Amino acid sequence: MEFKVPTMAEMMANGEEPEILFWVGCAGSYDERAQRITRDICKILHHVGIKYAVLGTEESCTGDPAKRAGNEFLFQMQAMTNIEVLNGYNIKKIVTGCPHCFNTIKNEYPGLGGNYEVIHHSQLIQELINQGKLRAEGGESFKGKKITFHDPCYLGRANEVYEAPRKALEVLDAQLVEMKRCKANGLCCGAGGAQMFKEPEKGNKDVNIERIEEALAMEPQVIAAGCPFCMTMLSDGVKLKEKEQEVKVLDIAEITARANGL
Amino acid sequence: MAAQIIFTLIAIAGIILFGLNAKKVIRNIKLGKPANRSDQPQKRLATMLKVAFGQTKMAARPVPFVLHLLVYVGFVIINIEVLEIFIDGIFGTHRVFAGLGGFYNFLIAAFELLALGVWLACAIFLIRRNILKLKRFSGVEMKTWPKSDANYILITEILLMTAFLTMNAADAKLQSLQVGHYIQAGAFPVSVHLQNLLPDNTSTLIAIERFCWWFHIVGIFAFLNYLPYSKHFHIIFAFPNTYFSNLEPKGEFTNMASVTNEVKTMLDPSYTPTDVAPGKFGAKDVQDLNWVNLMNAYTCTECGRCTASCPANITGKLLSPRKIMMDTRDRLEEVGKNIDKHGKDYDDGKSLLDNYITREEIWACTSCNACTEACPVNIDPLAIIVELRRYAVMEESVAPASINAMFGNVENNGAPWKYSPADRFNWAENN
Repeated sequence: MEFKVPTMAEMMANGEEPEILFWVGCAGSYDERAQRITRDICKILHHVGIKYAVLGTEESCTGDPAKRAGNEFLFQMQAMTNIEVLNGYNIKKIVTGCPHCFNTIKNEYPGLGGNYEVIHHSQLIQELINQGKLRAEGGESFKGKKITFHDPCYLGRANEVYEAPRKALEVLDAQLVEMKRCKANGLCCGAGGAQMFKEPEKGNKDVNIERIEEALAMEPQVIAAGCPFCMTMLSDGVKLKEKEQEVKVLDIAEITARANGL
Repeated sequence: MAAQIIFTLIAIAGIILFGLNAKKVIRNIKLGKPANRSDQPQKRLATMLKVAFGQTKMAARPVPFVLHLLVYVGFVIINIEVLEIFIDGIFGTHRVFAGLGGFYNFLIAAFELLALGVWLACAIFLIRRNILKLKRFSGVEMKTWPKSDANYILITEILLMTAFLTMNAADAKLQSLQVGHYIQAGAFPVSVHLQNLLPDNTSTLIAIERFCWWFHIVGIFAFLNYLPYSKHFHIIFAFPNTYFSNLEPKGEFTNMASVTNEVKTMLDPSYTPTDVAPGKFGAKDVQDLNWVNLMNAYTCTECGRCTASCPANITGKLLSPRKIMMDTRDRLEEVGKNIDKHGKDYDDGKSLLDNYITREEIWACTSCNACTEACPVNIDPLAIIVELRRYAVMEESVAPASINAMFGNVENNGAPWKYSPADRFNWAENN
């Protein structure tokens, strides 16, 4: 990276407090494909000059996959440990790179003593566009390109955030096309509810294939995603259909970073 | 006079029988664990008015929306006519509201048009189910009783509407013949076309009119008592079910207070646990679910919008959210019958998990909330699936091996994959 990503520990040592904490998430930290999204989110934060920080090695799993899989013990252990860290740093506002982390911290942490303003990175991008701090200039042009957005379940139906990611795409002057199953009727990529970590049950198709067929039928140049798990499932689908040359699967943050030449 | 006594007895018997059955259903629902849904009464009322009364979630599918609206509006408004029939039956009057004059004519005309609408809608529903065989109405759970149940309801409604219109046709004909107490009352835009089909003989006409009148009203009492055995119970339960539905974001799962106590005690030995009844973690059987889950089961009308939108079901997996709800109701009914027969503590050795819902089903769920979004009456099948998973994981430690591996990774590495926590920040150095 061309700049240093600040950690909370450093900020605290300098007696500073960030405006916002960037919660990276496990996929964003370890998954190579998702790491690129993480770095792009940092580039955006750096570019607009928001005072932000990450937890670095102090971050841990929110407990989301454990909770969805029924392991409430493990979830609450994770949650309370994380809340202790977050409250210790006096965190007020959090932006997450993952809808699962977003949902968990926003909805399930308050009951355990963790009260923060939590937004998903697509909402941050929407905010920045609205404030005029971000526009689609100085980078790759998406003008006229056909883009379809796949709603992540835990951003869309779970929290009714449908417009923010679309706002980020609207500024591109691209051709936005909606799949029939979009927004509240969006079809899951197949990874939610801890499915990401197990083999699917017996059936006649994988969920991500069902979804990618719908997406490819729109003949897009870009399939836009907002979740690292969706990213994995959709990319796998595109690979399986041998459409990697024609169709790119890109996160909202990556598209924004590219359009701004970051 | 004899007719009045018979009518009154039938009415009392019909209502008492329904009351007893309803009481049993409420008893069954109360077998569930407590859940607090008394907050935000205004928002709850608004939700009920919008979703149940206003049918807003039905609009997603325009064809059944219009057809269902006809039946629904017909059902609600024709009940005003039932009130008249009821009064006539008890007091031996005939068309007691006729004194309303022009407004009465308007009402009867409106009832007739609605009755025709209900008749046609039910006929189209029957065609959709039995001739067009829409995929949504099929599935492993839609064999035998559920399939017949749907047809019985539709055929009954068609018969009731036919009786109502035939009664009016005979009545109007008797009115024009100026027979006895058949006073000039009402307007009959639909049944006027049936008049030619009826005989001209006065006594036969009276017999037809009386038969249809009795058939219609006795049919309604019978139908009322059919509800507790049928998916048609939704005409009542849709209202409380939407009122008590979840108002929190769909992605929010409940935090289990009993677990909070244990975790807090583990993290801080000086912590004094709050007063939470210990018990089973999660649900193995219906009594382990909460009362809202159980009310959901009685509310389900098996329309299959949940299953049609379920990614697991779409891709051929065993999971069907509709089956989750139907299994819950079937098991709850079984538990209720056991209590009636053998007393409160009887154990039949069966449970919702395994005897009704399999592990394969609960582990196929992506928790995507498509089912809860699709349900026109805010039923939440996901809540039940999660409770079953909680039982499997926390009480039995039985989960797919890869899920157990994920748990181990979260616990030891703070991530669902096997990476070292020390490497968590490496992304900032690579490019």
